[in-house]
Amino acid sequence: MSEAHDADAVIRTRGLTKRYGPVVAVDGIDLDVRAGDVYGFLGANGSGKTTTVRMLLGLVLATSGEAEVLGEPMPRSAATVLPRVGTLVEGPAAYPHLTGRGNLELFDAMGSPRRGRKDRVSDVLERVGLTIAGDRKVKGYSLGMRQRLGLAAALLRAPRLLVLDEPTNGLDPQGIREMRDLLLGLNAEGTTIFLSSHLLAEVEQMCTRVGVLDRGQLVVQDDLRHLQAPTGRAVVVTPDGDLAHGLLDGRVESREGDRLVVRADDAATLNRLLVEGGVRVHELGPERRGLEQVVLEATSVKHQVGGSR
Amino acid sequence: MIRVELVKMIRRPRTWITILMLNALPTLVAVLLAVTDIGPRPGEGPAFLSAVLTDGTLFPLAALAIVLPLFMPVAVSVVSGDAIAGEASGGTLRYVLTRPVGRTRLLVAKLVSVLAFVLLSVVVVAVVGYVVGLLLLGNGDTSGLVTGVSGSSLTSTQLVERTLLSIVYVSLSMLGVAAMALMLSTFTDSSIGAALGALAFLIASTLLLTLDAANALQPYLPTRYWLSFVDLFRDPIQWRDILRGVGLQGVYVLVFLGAGWANFTTKDITS
Repeated sequence: MSEAHDADAVIRTRGLTKRYGPVVAVDGIDLDVRAGDVYGFLGANGSGKTTTVRMLLGLVLATSGEAEVLGEPMPRSAATVLPRVGTLVEGPAAYPHLTGRGNLELFDAMGSPRRGRKDRVSDVLERVGLTIAGDRKVKGYSLGMRQRLGLAAALLRAPRLLVLDEPTNGLDPQGIREMRDLLLGLNAEGTTIFLSSHLLAEVEQMCTRVGVLDRGQLVVQDDLRHLQAPTGRAVVVTPDGDLAHGLLDGRVESREGDRLVVRADDAATLNRLLVEGGVRVHELGPERRGLEQVVLEATSVKHQVGGSR
Repeated sequence: MIRVELVKMIRRPRTWITILMLNALPTLVAVLLAVTDIGPRPGEGPAFLSAVLTDGTLFPLAALAIVLPLFMPVAVSVVSGDAIAGEASGGTLRYVLTRPVGRTRLLVAKLVSVLAFVLLSVVVVAVVGYVVGLLLLGNGDTSGLVTGVSGSSLTSTQLVERTLLSIVYVSLSMLGVAAMALMLSTFTDSSIGAALGALAFLIASTLLLTLDAANALQPYLPTRYWLSFVDLFRDPIQWRDILRGVGLQGVYVLVFLGAGWANFTTKDITS
C-alpha cells in the first residue's frame, strides 16, 4: 500500500525548512502532492509560498529537511527532474527585445534538440492563444500576454508536472477562463498541477487537493471534497421565518432575516417536515463549508497559538 | 548553452550600439587630424598618434590606444556586469536555471559570450580604424615599409602580424575587468552596480600607478601592462611586459571567476 503511494508521489517534502537569519520563512512542512492532482497551495502574501516553490525547483537551498520531486531528491537531481517540470514562478519573464516566438526558440535551445523546434514553439503558442502576437516583440506585450507566453514556455517540454505561481495574475475574466480550461485539459491528459495562489475562489474552482500555508507552517492539507464535506446542518430560506422557527423548535442554530441555519442530517426529511407544516420554502440545502471558512478557521487557531508563545 | 548566449549577445541591440560608440571617438580624432594636420609631437599624446599623420595604416593601433584606457573597460564592464545581474533583474534567470541550465554552465557561457564581445569590439575598432585611417590620412609610405616605434622599418607583413598580435593582447587585457564585473554580477541584481564596481576597481588601479608610494604594488595592478602592446612594434619585440601582462590577467581571471563561481553556485536565487 505504501509503495503504491510512493509511486504516486509527485512532490513530497519532509520537514522542509528555510531560515533567513533569525526569520523562519518556511517551517518544517510536509507536502504531499500525488499524480493527477490539481493541488492548490494557498497562503497570504509573505506566508512562504514562493520560498517553498523555489526550494522545490532548486532555486533556493533549504536550511534543513528534504524535498522529492517526481520521485527524485531536489536539488541534487535537478538535471533529470526539471526537464519534466514546467514552471511559472512569481510572474512571467522574457527578453523584451525579442519576439514571443524568438523567446520560446531561445528557451527551447537551452537543452532541447534543434529538430522540431519550430513545431514545438508554434504548438505551444497556439495552445495559449498567442499565434498572431507571437511575432511581435515582447516589449509591447500586456501583462496578460506575458503571462500566456510564460505558460507557453512552461509547456515547451510537455511536462509531467506544472508548478505555477499565481498564473491568472493580470488576466481578464475571459483570459482566466481560458487559462482554467487549458490547465484542466492538461490535467485530464495526465499532467499534475501544483498551483500556488492567494485567490480562494480560483483554487476552489480548479483544485482537487489543497494545502494552506500560514506563517511558514502547513496548517491544512487535504482533499478539497473532505474539507467541503457537509457540516450536518441545512440552510433554509423562507418567507415564513417565524412559523419555521416554531416548527423546528430547538434545532435552529441561527437566523438572519429569511435565512435559517438548522441542525439536520438529511435535507430531504427537513423539507418534508417544513412543507407539511405549511412553511413556504425558497431554498433548502445542506450547508457546506466554503474554502474561505476552512482557511480562516485553520489560520485563526494558529494565530492564537502563535500569540501565546 | 554557449551558442545560446552568443546568439543572445549578437541579437541584442545594445551590443551594436556599444560598438558603434566605441568607434566614434577614434573616428573623430582621425577627422580632426586630417582636417587640421596638427598631430601631437612624438612621445606625447596617445601612442602611435604622432605617427599616423605620415601613415594612415598605423591608425588601427592608434584607435586601440585611444579606446583602451577608458572606453573599452567601460563597455566591457557594462556588458559583463549585466551578464547575471541583468537576467536576475529581468526575471529570466529563474527560468534559465529551471530549464534547467546548470549554474556553472551558465557562468562559463556568460564568460565566453563576454570574451566574444571583447574580441568583436576590438576587431571592429581595428578594422574601422584601418578604413578610416586609409581614407582620411592616406597610405603615406609608397615603399611598403612602415616606421616602427624604435625608428626602424617594418615590412607590411610584419605590420599585419603585429597588428593581429596587438588585437589579441588588447582583448586579453580586458579579461581581468570582465572577470571582475562578472563576479560582482553574481552578487547583485543591479547591472549598473556591478559595472560601476568593476570600473571603480580600474580607476583605483590607474590612480595607484601614478603614485610613487605604491611602487611595490604596481607590478600587480590590472592596468599596469595595458599599453604594453606598443612593445610589439619595437625592433626586436620586447616580450617581457607583454608576457607579464598576459600572466597577470590570467591570475585575475582565476581569482575573480573562482570567487564568482563559489558565490553563484551556492546562492539562493530570489530574483
